[in-house]
Order: sequence, then C-alpha cells, then structure tokens
Amino acid sequence: MRKVLMGNHALSYGAMLARAQVISAYPITPQTQVVELLSEMCADGTLDAQFIKVESEHSAMASCIGASVAGARAFTATSSQGLALMHEMLHWAAGGRHPIVMGNINRSMAPGWSIWTDQNDSLSQRDTGWMQFYCASNQEVLDTVLQAFKVAETLMIPAMVVLDAFALSHTYEVVDVPDQALVDKYLPPFKPAIKLTPADPRAFGGLTGSEHYMELRYKLQKSMEKAPALIEETGREYGKIFGRDLGLVDAYKCDDAEFVFVTSGTAGYTARVVVDELRASGIKAGNLRIKVFRPFPFDKVREVLGKVKKAAVVDRNCSYGAGGIFYQEVKSAVYGRPGMPPIIGYIAGLGGRDITADSFKEVAADAMARTKADEEIVWIGVKK
Amino acid sequence: MRPKKAKKIVFNSAEEMPLMICSVGDQTHNLTGAWRNIRPEIDLAKCLRCGICWKYCPEPSIMVVDDRPVVDYDYCKGCGICAVECPSKCIVMVEERR
Repeated sequence: MRKVLMGNHALSYGAMLARAQVISAYPITPQTQVVELLSEMCADGTLDAQFIKVESEHSAMASCIGASVAGARAFTATSSQGLALMHEMLHWAAGGRHPIVMGNINRSMAPGWSIWTDQNDSLSQRDTGWMQFYCASNQEVLDTVLQAFKVAETLMIPAMVVLDAFALSHTYEVVDVPDQALVDKYLPPFKPAIKLTPADPRAFGGLTGSEHYMELRYKLQKSMEKAPALIEETGREYGKIFGRDLGLVDAYKCDDAEFVFVTSGTAGYTARVVVDELRASGIKAGNLRIKVFRPFPFDKVREVLGKVKKAAVVDRNCSYGAGGIFYQEVKSAVYGRPGMPPIIGYIAGLGGRDITADSFKEVAADAMARTKADEEIVWIGVKK
Repeated sequence: MRPKKAKKIVFNSAEEMPLMICSVGDQTHNLTGAWRNIRPEIDLAKCLRCGICWKYCPEPSIMVVDDRPVVDYDYCKGCGICAVECPSKCIVMVEERR
C-alpha cells in the first residue's frame, strides 16, 4: 500500500513489518518520531512487541542486547549524541554477535549544539563492528530495515540504517509499504542457534583469554567478509518479491562515465541532477552513491573507478587531522591498483548546510581543473 | 563440595569455536586459592555453628559439612570476610607460607 511517510516513520514501518519483538529507545531530535510511532503501535496492538522505556541510549542498547541474546528480534533508533553515548554498547552488540537493527538519523555532533545533518556521528562508530547502510530515500529506508534484519540475523552482526536529519527524517515522500505476508516470506522469524534460556544455561560475553579472543574477532571479520555477497543476494531476492533491488552501491550513469561523483546519503540524489546537466553539456558524468559503508564495497568501487578518468568524493563529514572519511576509504580501496584515476576529496554540508546542485557544479568545475589531488581537502561552500 | 578441576577447554581452531561469546564449560580448573596471601583457620571448639561465615563468603569457599564450616583452600582467596564476620572470633587469618 502506498503511503506518504516521513523518513522517521519509514523506519517505524520497517520495524513493524519486520515484526520486531523488543523495541527500546530514548528520544532525541531528530529521531523522536521513529519510536513515538512504534510506541503507539505497541500500545494499540498493531505491533506485538515489548516497548522498553529507558533513561539513556546506553541503556537502550543494553536492553536490545539483552533481548537479542534471549532470542528476540530487537530494534532501536537514535541520533548523534545518543549514538555517542551508546558507543560502548555498540562494541558489545557487535562483539557478542547480537543482530540488532538500529536506525540512526545523521545529526552533527556538538558543540556547537546542532540538530542538523552530517555524518560524523555514525562514521565515528565505524570500527565497532556494525554494518552501516546509508539511505537516500524514505522508500530505501523502509526496504533497508527489512534487508538489514535478514543480513544481520544470517551473519549475526548488528546493522545500522542511516538517514540524513530532516532531508529524510522529516521529509514526506511516497513510500510503498509492502504487504505483511510478503515480508513474512522474505524475513522468517529470528531463530538463533545459541540463546539465553534456562534449558541451556550459559554466561554470555564473559572473560576471554588471549588464547581465544583473537579467533573470535577473526570470526567477526570473516562474517563481515561474507556480507557484501549476501547483501547483493538478499537485495536481488527483495527485488524479486517487492520490485526494488537493493545493492551495495547505486551507480547512476557510471557505465560510460569519464567523471564520477562519489557520494552517500541524500546528497547522492542531488548529484544525479548535476550528472544529467553535465551530460547535457557534453561531459560524460556519473554518480557512484555508496550505500553500504561497512562492509566497505571494495569490488564495486574498484569496478566503477577503474573505468573513469577522474573521481570526486564528496564527504559530509570530516576526520579532523585527516580529511573526508569516504575519501580516505575510497582511496585505500584503489591503492596500488593500475588504471585508477586521480581522486579528489571534497567536504561540504557540515552541520546541515545544504549540498545543492550548485555545490556539485562547483565540485565538477574544480575537479575538471585539477590533474591530481594536490590538496587533502577541497572545501565547498565554506566562508573562508 | 563442588566438583573440582574440570579440564580447561581450549579450542584449536576458530571454526570449532561458537560464534557467540558464551560459556562452554566452567572455571573450576582455575584454582584461585593460589592468589591467597593469608588463610582463614577455624577453631571448631569455639565455633557456634551459626553459619554466618558460610553466608558471607563471597567465593563461596566455605562449605558446611556435618554442621560445621570447612574452608575449600583450592578456591579461598583469603579475603578475610569470614574472620571479620565471625561472632565468636573462632576464625583467624594466618600468613600463608609456601
């Protein structure tokens, strides 16, 4: 059924259709409506789930871990400072192999206090062992929640579904809300091989000596390495049932492109408009939107960049002292490989400053004028 | 008395390890009594058989056998709580010499 939904409610509908059994969350702008709607669904019986109110995001994630270890499908959502407060528990969730799915609304970190979007909150959680999916439309948000549960529970790795504050979270779009029976077919109930039960009492996450710790982390990385193929496989399966394929990247007009923008999130859709305009003026442009950041889609990035003459990575984040985070990752993915183009890194849109079509035109003009990346960061739209 | 000296479980490959970090056996192979610097000694002649030492031992390493407290020195860490709590002061902590 087609509904007009805000991005936050697309997350709620995703969790509802996934038949999440435990939802625990603490409200934070711009995430609040995600759990507001879910709490209403739990109260009116639309969703048969336990809604746990907690005093902090740290406890929200702890509750989800407890629920997951007991064999329940757990969901939460947060943003920015809330995600930062969860940080310790994110390691617990991934290290303990608890396949929780969480929505994170990209909001800039304070100070200065901000409620507007950039990606430093989620990218600061890069090394916790969570999968990260960056969405560009409300439809993609809903679809990705369902896929994220499927991939997470197959590999026993938690997953974060990430969307831009306001550009998606509070923006209403037409969303096809899939039929529950079809979702049930795609996403069977969560049945972990090991769980907390009186029938088989165990302690979880306990002291692990140096003779075993490294193997457990090796297993986590090995499972992560299986994720790209599984994301593509389950994405195709999703397409067969619901008519929308889900992949690791969204390559727009990249096949014959000579110049590509590398983007993520909603900026990736803005870039498409500029790609079309550049093509109308005779420049073979394309846009490679990286949807899945963890696991990093090495093969897809190499495949696209190996065919172009120049690439411009546009980051809505900054690793201070280094540069754009996607830029660093894209460069490391192609390092030492012959035939790769010059890659130039741009930073735009921090703290919710709009990344407009003009921003991408500025990026394109700058990139065209360069033969190599002679600066670590090229700033776009900053009042220097 | 508890079963002692269960064999320590060591996995030889990542493959045979469970995916989730969870207990697969117990820790009784770990004889924590080796950590002890002072040991509790009980003068049973003064013991009231109140059971307070048994109740307070956090390890727990005090068992009640035939209505009397017995220290399990394989696991007693020598914390001294039993000696402090004993109302008849029949437990004294003695320096451990090995």
